[in-house]
Amino acid sequence: MTVDTRGCSCPQPVLMTKKALAKENAIEVIVDNNTAKNNILRFANSQGCKVSVEETGADECVIKITK
Amino acid sequence: MKKEKAFVALTGAIIGLIAVLLVKFGNPANMGMCIACFIRDTAGALKLHSAAVVQYMRPEIIGIVLGASVMAFSKKELVARAGSNPFVRFVLGFFVMIGALMFLGCPLRMMLRIGGGDLNAIVGLVGFIAGILVGILALNKGFSLDRSHKVSQAEAYVFPAMQILFLVILTAIPTILVFSAEGPGSKRAPLAIALIAGLVVGALAQRTRFCTVAGLRDSFMFKDFTMLIGFVSLIVVCAVANMAFGFFNVGFEGQAVAHTDGLWNFLGMALVGLGSVLLGGCPLRQLILSGEGNIDSVITVIGMFVGAAFCHNFGLASSADGPSANGPAAVIVGFIVVGAIALINIYQNNKKGN
Repeated sequence: MTVDTRGCSCPQPVLMTKKALAKENAIEVIVDNNTAKNNILRFANSQGCKVSVEETGADECVIKITK
Repeated sequence: MKKEKAFVALTGAIIGLIAVLLVKFGNPANMGMCIACFIRDTAGALKLHSAAVVQYMRPEIIGIVLGASVMAFSKKELVARAGSNPFVRFVLGFFVMIGALMFLGCPLRMMLRIGGGDLNAIVGLVGFIAGILVGILALNKGFSLDRSHKVSQAEAYVFPAMQILFLVILTAIPTILVFSAEGPGSKRAPLAIALIAGLVVGALAQRTRFCTVAGLRDSFMFKDFTMLIGFVSLIVVCAVANMAFGFFNVGFEGQAVAHTDGLWNFLGMALVGLGSVLLGGCPLRQLILSGEGNIDSVITVIGMFVGAAFCHNFGLASSADGPSANGPAAVIVGFIVVGAIALINIYQNNKKGN
């Protein structure tokens, strides 16, 4: 499942990630700013998830989260 | 992660200390920095309202925007984005200001007032939390403003450029502006000190994403206490600095630029809390984002300017004597409008199946 958080303001990116993680064990989150990226990483870590970040563009990255 | 928390705590501490130092240098008591009050003062200096006691072009506001811009630029985060329900954001910014001037301060000043011993601000904090909780309920029910999109990069520089223009006017031809001769607007730290303070706060807040709403919101929503650490450290350092300078004064009565009407202190800050959660950040955060090229936040800040002007043109802002005759009605209208915005947005999003 891919969650597209591009252009969303706080705290939507984290909220969308939280909702997606409640449904599935492995998700990919597209992020377009550092604030959302750090917030999502912090949330995923606090949930004890495995996380990896792939830079996909100048202002974009994909965060892979696995429970 | 620990480093991040330490940086946020340090930022809160530095803002708390800077605010008290600004009072020492001449700003109004418990108002070293207040986004709502200072936007209101600047609106007055630009003759958008004519309340003689609250008119001055605050260099802190200019500094905060420019500090955020420079820091964002150096980190390649100065990106022009726009298109997330701009007019809804304008209206939310407008009513956040109505609520703030009912209480007499933005959330940042609420924290500074708590750090100064003003117990009315504790009542404000309870209202602020209540507003945030209602806002979280809206978020959980599906409230979400539209996505923003990248727009031509030139747009990112317009608002910061406007601040440079303001700074030029303030230093070169201040006589075209109106400055208070008495009242809070007449109490001001020297221009250079106020400007530097703003730059430091703007840069630090940009880096840490410091937000007075996020501290409470994220604690409730995600058990993420990072920003709350900054919230607490700001108040603690502010209190200690106030004690050191002999400014600390515990009580409800006789507090500087404050009133003791608990109901309206509560409701004013509740409106600020609710509006800020729907906007995605407190007034300080909106100002920081406006310096980062977020045009939706620029529109929000303009909404706050217009709200401040309305407050003083129509006698809505409180004074030390308490709420004005018309203020409570304006706050109630604010709850109705903001509530309607939230409900319509939730209804539409749920219909779309988001």
